[in-house]
Amino acid sequence: MEVAIIDYNAGNIYSVIHALQRLGIKPMLTNNAERIAKADKVIFPGQGEASNAMKYLCAHGLDNVIRNLKQPILGICIGQQLMCRHSEEGDVDCLGIFDVPVLRFQPQRHEDKVPHMGWNELRFTHSDGLRMKGVIGRSEGATLAVQEELIPEGLFQGFKGGEYVYFVHSYYVPTCSWTIATTDYIQPYSAALHRDNFYATQFHPEKSGSVGERILRNFLEL
Amino acid sequence: MLAKRIIPCLDVKDGQTVKGTNFVNLRQAGDPVELGRAYSLQGADELVFLDITASHEGRKTFSDMVERVAATLSIPFTVGGGINELSDVDRMLSAGADKVSINSAALRRPELIDEITRHYGSQVCVVAIDARQEENGEWQCYINGGRIPVGRKLTDWAYEAQERGAGEILFTSMNHDGVKTGFANEALSQLAERLSIPIIASGGAGRMEHFRDAFRLGHADAALAASVFHFGEIGIPELKKYLRKEGISVRT
Repeated sequence: MEVAIIDYNAGNIYSVIHALQRLGIKPMLTNNAERIAKADKVIFPGQGEASNAMKYLCAHGLDNVIRNLKQPILGICIGQQLMCRHSEEGDVDCLGIFDVPVLRFQPQRHEDKVPHMGWNELRFTHSDGLRMKGVIGRSEGATLAVQEELIPEGLFQGFKGGEYVYFVHSYYVPTCSWTIATTDYIQPYSAALHRDNFYATQFHPEKSGSVGERILRNFLEL
Repeated sequence: MLAKRIIPCLDVKDGQTVKGTNFVNLRQAGDPVELGRAYSLQGADELVFLDITASHEGRKTFSDMVERVAATLSIPFTVGGGINELSDVDRMLSAGADKVSINSAALRRPELIDEITRHYGSQVCVVAIDARQEENGEWQCYINGGRIPVGRKLTDWAYEAQERGAGEILFTSMNHDGVKTGFANEALSQLAERLSIPIIASGGAGRMEHFRDAFRLGHADAALAASVFHFGEIGIPELKKYLRKEGISVRT
């Protein structure tokens, strides 16, 4: 299987390469449009700053390459954020694959540290009150809560909820119609997104131990 | 819930792990890559590798070790020791480290923190502080492995490091290090009050309750220890089971 890792000068590429090698894959690191388009799977990883990353992608024509991919692509961390409509980081328009904005965490208490860094749990339920589909129930007190079960499949095949994964980020994607997993930090937000062949995680599967390995293996098996 | 992190620390000299008591009397404790892998399988949330080698050849050995760790481990790890300028940071990150820890170099030239965070982001920059509580009750910072006082107070320096962009503070109490009577919870709590970035408690772990207290009383985000893990006095699985029972959120 040919796995392309999009090379756009973002940090932390090595850990993705190593993680794939541990799964028996020799990925190619490339910014070549043709090679990316021909790969069986594409990974769009990274750490970095959104507006600079977008500048690089546009300058190298990679913005359209990514939008037009037909094979499964997995955005990781800043990769996920760049696949959204707009980011507050550097006030920049992004790829718009997921029509949702990227916002900066607003601490509510002294204990709410930004960046959100460390291991946190995946949830496969929405309880944000934004989505009006699904089961509507009444929680304790007067607040109307919306709870929608998300069925783990594809990327999260075999997951039950409560699995810990590793996060490092200051900006987040609110829950939306493409949310396939949430995490609660300051408020529940999108830990992962999915639309058609586009997958994205806010956390780093390549740094998330055996849980992360399972997610990468699930992605390779899509 | 964001989990409290348990971090084994491996002091590395000439490719082997060592750990001292009160910064002297080093004892051998194994191959760092194998030890790192074992900790990862046991449930360590992160690892710290500190290079305590002085020689140039030793530095190269350390970079090679970092590369082997990165290829083997699927959890985040920090490297420190001998990081004095941006090129050292670049070498460590290129070898596959997730974060670098800087100590004396940052106190000598605080702008290093700004440079690292500007180039690589706050998340890679851990500022390690060795401090001792003096007889007057004040916590003073030391450099060169705890040998030289620099005349700066712990909380003031930690705050400056944060304002310059540090992503985390790794605070080692020299009074507690190697003594195994618990972490410096009062000082930790004061730091937590003052800072808005994560704090890693270090120095003093001897029993499982000490970790609980660092989180509960010291409000630390992570706790680091070496010898209690290396010599099997505390197993990470039993430690996490204990903490969970005590109502502290840890990764399963």
